Amino acid sequence: MSTVKKTKGTGKKPVKAPKAAVAATLKADKATSDANPAENLHVDNNGQIPGVRRRDFIHIATVSFAGVGAAAVAMPLVSQMSASADVLALASIEVDVAAIQPGQSIKTSWRKQPVFIRNLTPAEIEEANKVDVGALRDPETLAERTKPGKENWLITLGVCTHLGCVPLGAAAGEVKGEYGGYFCPCHGSHYDTAARIRKGPAPTNLVVPEFAFISDTVVKIG
Amino acid sequence: MSFPWAQEYKPQGTVSKWVDERLPLPRLVYNAVGAGYPVPRNLNYFWNFGVLAGVALVIQIVTGIILAMHYYASVDGAFNSVEHIMRDVNSGWFIRYAHMNGASFFFIVVYIHIFRGLFYGSYKAPREMIWLLGVTIFLLMMATAFMGYVLPWGQMSFWGAQVITGFFSAIPLVGEPLRQWLLGGFAPDQAALNRFFSLHYLMPFVIAGVIILHVWALHIPGSSNPTGVSVKGEQDTVPFHPYYTAKDGFGLGIFLIFFVAVTFFAPNMLGHPDNYIPANPLSTPAHIVPEWYFLPFYAILKAFTVDFGIPFTGIIIIEAKLMGVLAMFGSILLLFFLPWLDTSPVRSGHYRPLFRKFFWFGLIPCIVLLTYCGGKPPYAQWVILSQIAAAYYFAHFLIILPIVSRIERPLPLPNSITESVTGKPLETAAA
Repeated sequence: MSTVKKTKGTGKKPVKAPKAAVAATLKADKATSDANPAENLHVDNNGQIPGVRRRDFIHIATVSFAGVGAAAVAMPLVSQMSASADVLALASIEVDVAAIQPGQSIKTSWRKQPVFIRNLTPAEIEEANKVDVGALRDPETLAERTKPGKENWLITLGVCTHLGCVPLGAAAGEVKGEYGGYFCPCHGSHYDTAARIRKGPAPTNLVVPEFAFISDTVVKIG
Repeated sequence: MSFPWAQEYKPQGTVSKWVDERLPLPRLVYNAVGAGYPVPRNLNYFWNFGVLAGVALVIQIVTGIILAMHYYASVDGAFNSVEHIMRDVNSGWFIRYAHMNGASFFFIVVYIHIFRGLFYGSYKAPREMIWLLGVTIFLLMMATAFMGYVLPWGQMSFWGAQVITGFFSAIPLVGEPLRQWLLGGFAPDQAALNRFFSLHYLMPFVIAGVIILHVWALHIPGSSNPTGVSVKGEQDTVPFHPYYTAKDGFGLGIFLIFFVAVTFFAPNMLGHPDNYIPANPLSTPAHIVPEWYFLPFYAILKAFTVDFGIPFTGIIIIEAKLMGVLAMFGSILLLFFLPWLDTSPVRSGHYRPLFRKFFWFGLIPCIVLLTYCGGKPPYAQWVILSQIAAAYYFAHFLIILPIVSRIERPLPLPNSITESVTGKPLETAAA
């Protein structure tokens, strides 16, 4: 488009005034390098002052229309990355906890993530309740993290809130950390007997999933 | 582009002339890496590593495309398909070991290439754009290497994916949804493995594209050199071919000797045995470490253990987790600003006595220490060492370098490249 206009402009002028032609060529050269030659054409043909034209509206409308279209097409391209229907269609699990003795814990899997179910000993419960809750990084009492009358059943995700490793301490013989709960070996986060963060880089307590006791010994997670 | 005395491409035969008039691709190659590219005559062996990095990328692409013919991206089949490549596919063990160690050697040559740039001030005007593109390539390489490491779906693959995607969950508010969007689920699983495979295949070609821009940007001012003195005339340069094609060829031979020695005789030296255990989402390995080339950054991540907040009020401004992640990304993004942090007009470290001291006795030991601590478990003594080293790393670039540039008195520079080579003043050498 711009090349056509340029040739018109330079082709016209030499006929009228040969002396001005040199200046005009120089001007045209300058115009092609740094300005919009379309404006020159506009003055030549219609004698109008360059400014807002009908064509500007068409340009803006076209680009906006294409932009909205591109954004609309991008939406499915982005949303395909999110968890698919089969990943989201997660059944809840039921676990029989009758066999877990005080002081023991088990690991199970829910939503492809590990879950710790721990039967706290009276000493561990006492230790968790002794702590000054206000001084914790993520203040929560043991009672808030368990069900009434079932304070000994601590159910948490086995996913460190730092970067997602599985903390140690659920299986027999594993390190329980400085606070007797869980210890994440990846970056050294220590959790206490209520699985609250006490030391290390993790920002929050181990997550307590939604759960309910459907009988005295069966717990439903999810 | 390049210097006025660069040799011009002259097509000889009818065919070359015909091609040159229609698509001057041979001319482009001639001017890029042939006799048409004049290069300073005094380059040392550190200047081999750009070409070596290019060769390493080619090795990765060739072996990678072959591996993709036998690999199967499924949580049930990926681990077995890698074992199938190792045991059953003809020469599969060789191709896979070459790819695995090729990644390490790619990082080795790129780290030496970056070291060269840091010491000789290759990032300074007029070569800032080359440096910026180089840091971009480095970031792309890290992403590619990470996704490649996930593909065998061993223990380290799985937990590496868990930890590295966990970085994103540190971002306030959008972090956790973002992480689930990246993974396509709540934990690394089939969706994540499949997309990592797709992207791991794509990224090397993106890297190749950025390398073309990197080399294009290089050919505008031309190569730097160990004195840091700009080229002043034809006597300062020699044509890239045959002079540096020969020198790079020799360097390539040495590089390949090291590469095949490790590939054949110690193929698992740089890897981690835990990755020969199939991924188990319920059990984290006792000691997660990334591949060696990520260790310094991993140490910086682990160095942040305390929340940043207003003392005695309990108000936390930035959580320790977010601080660590920001510092880790920041340690690389910092390099983008290097051309404007080091304001000294003298490029080469040879002529900068104070810069050189901080470089050899500050930055280099600091990076070595970070690499060492990164591989250690998060016990107090290693955390403290990481904290000291990480603090120095940031101080070096943000405080020391700008001050040194201002107060330093550089040594006298040679008048020209030729003078530095021949030891004679320019007139005599040119005559």
